[in-house]
Amino acid sequence: MIQWTAEQLDAFVQLLHDEAYEVLGPVIRDGAVTYGAMQALPVGYGDEQAAGHYRLTQRGDQTRFGYNLGPSTWKQFLFPPSETLFSVRDDLIHPVENQPGKRAFIGVRACEMAAIEVQDRVFLQGEYTERRYEQRRQQVFIVAVNCSQAAATCFCTANDDGPAVRGSADMVLTEVNPQQPWYLVEAISETAKKLVAKIGGAPANDEQHHQAQAAVNEAAEQISRQLPRKGLRDALFDALEHPQWDDVASRCLSCGNCTQVCPTCFCSTTQEQTDLVSMEVRHQRLWDSCFTEMHSYTTGGAIHHKTRSRYRQWLTHKLAAWEDQFDVSGCTGCGRCISWCPVGIDLTEEVEILRKSP
Amino acid sequence: MNDALIPELCNVNGRLEDTPDVFTLDLVPPPGYRGFAPGQFNMLYVPGAGEAAISISGDPEDSYRLVHTIRAVGDVTSQLRTRDGHSQVGVRGPFGKPWPIDAARGGDLIIVAGGIGMAPMRPVLYAALADRASYDNIYLLYGARTPRDILFQEQLMEWHRQGAITAIITVDAARPSWKGDVGAVTGFIGRIPVNPRNTVAMICGPEIMMRYAASELLVKGIPMDRIHVSMERNMKCATAFCGHCQLGPYFVCRDGPVFRYSDVAAMMEVKQF
Ligand SMILES: Cc1cc2nc3c(=O)[nH]c(=O)nc-3n(C[C@H](O)[C@H](O)[C@H](O)COP(=O)(O)OP(=O)(O)OC[C@H]3O[C@@H](n4cnc5c(N)ncnc54)[C@H](O)[C@@H]3O)c2cc1C
Ligand code: SF4
Ligand code: SF4
Repeated sequence: MIQWTAEQLDAFVQLLHDEAYEVLGPVIRDGAVTYGAMQALPVGYGDEQAAGHYRLTQRGDQTRFGYNLGPSTWKQFLFPPSETLFSVRDDLIHPVENQPGKRAFIGVRACEMAAIEVQDRVFLQGEYTERRYEQRRQQVFIVAVNCSQAAATCFCTANDDGPAVRGSADMVLTEVNPQQPWYLVEAISETAKKLVAKIGGAPANDEQHHQAQAAVNEAAEQISRQLPRKGLRDALFDALEHPQWDDVASRCLSCGNCTQVCPTCFCSTTQEQTDLVSMEVRHQRLWDSCFTEMHSYTTGGAIHHKTRSRYRQWLTHKLAAWEDQFDVSGCTGCGRCISWCPVGIDLTEEVEILRKSP
Repeated sequence: MNDALIPELCNVNGRLEDTPDVFTLDLVPPPGYRGFAPGQFNMLYVPGAGEAAISISGDPEDSYRLVHTIRAVGDVTSQLRTRDGHSQVGVRGPFGKPWPIDAARGGDLIIVAGGIGMAPMRPVLYAALADRASYDNIYLLYGARTPRDILFQEQLMEWHRQGAITAIITVDAARPSWKGDVGAVTGFIGRIPVNPRNTVAMICGPEIMMRYAASELLVKGIPMDRIHVSMERNMKCATAFCGHCQLGPYFVCRDGPVFRYSDVAAMMEVKQF
């Protein structure tokens, strides 16, 4: 492994631009760290999070990755919030051919890498392959980052998904020493090795490896929330009539924010859009949420008619059914649904109560 | 390239009005059509209206037509009703797990259908009658709202007259001129001599009806895992991508729509699950 200065990291981002990657990464927008097309890494930003609370902060240091997670996820680039699957013109169906170019994701955290791999299972490893997702996924170069600090909402350790990156990233960075950061760089894929070589960098010594490990350990120690997984699937399926569902329903607004910020939620609906001039019909797919009335609609009404059954559907799918369906939990412990719930509902607290007999 | 989300446009052979709100669409199968198994469904598409999950109601042996029997209830199904020889219908499929017809061989088969639930049952009858000697008794208990709502009435009565099946057709309400049975279909299960050790039962209809029917059959001693039901949930993609048809650990489109009752009975008891 080698080490980089902050300047070398910035040069690497520039290199990705020069190598014709569409560079996607942290962008400060609307008072939050979001993901989007990025020129250079923002410097010195942090965040303060709690149930129903997120605030962008100025750290007063030189960190590139001093923030944790904002409301956006990498999901939007692999599984877009809206896309046309096919159009109908002149009585013929025209599948939309998306030919994605090379893309780089900069700053993918351990829980996010895990979430991408969860969606790989959903879209690539079932009976059918989601071709659009597959094409995009193959074009992504992932620069992952081990977390050196945790937010109060984080609990990636619940699943062993973090704070150190475990997934199949192209390369992994660890940011050490906030005031004058340097980076431990692990190039994993062949592409990463070639690109990293263009920047150079001194080999990291034992002491530096040790410091990087200490930074990640510190993040792990900062994690305060828990979601013990052992026996959770059965406990939730056994608790379908638990009075806590009524309790959470009395607080939940059924707004669906939790599903919109979640990096693994994959529900979608479809919509027909007709161009009145050309008469072309576009068959579109849009992100959907199990908190909507139409999500479970069948003739005669919604099956998940009340908030109680919607929240129950969300939580039991995420934390229980997912294991049956994809052999993995649907939650990677990113904590977004906790921060971005307008009324501060915290799934880890709900689960704790649901696990106890009423 | 193979993409299960893109429909093929198919020509319409014809449309038959079965009852005041149900019609049968007879489509020309798409190129490369490889048949279907009874209980499977297609996603039918009308440009501008959208898609709907519709069971295949035709004869599995007939590779020249793809037949669907549809109740017009909303946007897509009403638009499907306007399709005729001059128009096309998009088709994706077939999807889903079929009825376990093979498991019924060598014994009795009991079919319980309610309303439009008769549609996915007709292919079972076609298949079983094509191989009639392999089965003992075949019972059909079918409930419709009124005599006018009975689907495939001629055909079912013909099979009954031939002795190929024993059909009990009942309606919820009828004028005095109706000479047949009246009452919930589940109430007629008591009329058939059930051989609990060698029977496979298949039920399709509203969830509440399936629960009652299943509990009657359980009382008769048919084991829970030899009773099968066809579940319905909102469905957008039929490929386990859209998340709409969740049923506990299952996707109805992939793991169903046909389930062993033993696999879903407990969930069917939980309201709004
Ligand atoms: C596996 C399966 C097999 C089916 N087989 C048949 C059949 O053979 N004949 C038949 O008439 N009907 C069948 N249905 C029901 C049929 O899919 C719905 O009646 C149809 O989707 C209604 O669409 P719509 O646009 O006309 O109605 P709208 O009320 O406008 O529907 C709005 C949306 O809700 C959803 N929706 C509404 N009702 C249902 C429903 N019952 N099931 C699933 N999604 C629904 C659809 O996604 C639809 O796009 C089947 C459903 C399933 C799941
Ligand atoms: S359920 Fe909440 S904590 Fe878990 S992955 Fe989704 S948004 Fe993150
Ligand atoms: S749990 Fe919170 S974020 Fe999710 S639907 Fe309810 S109120 Fe909205």
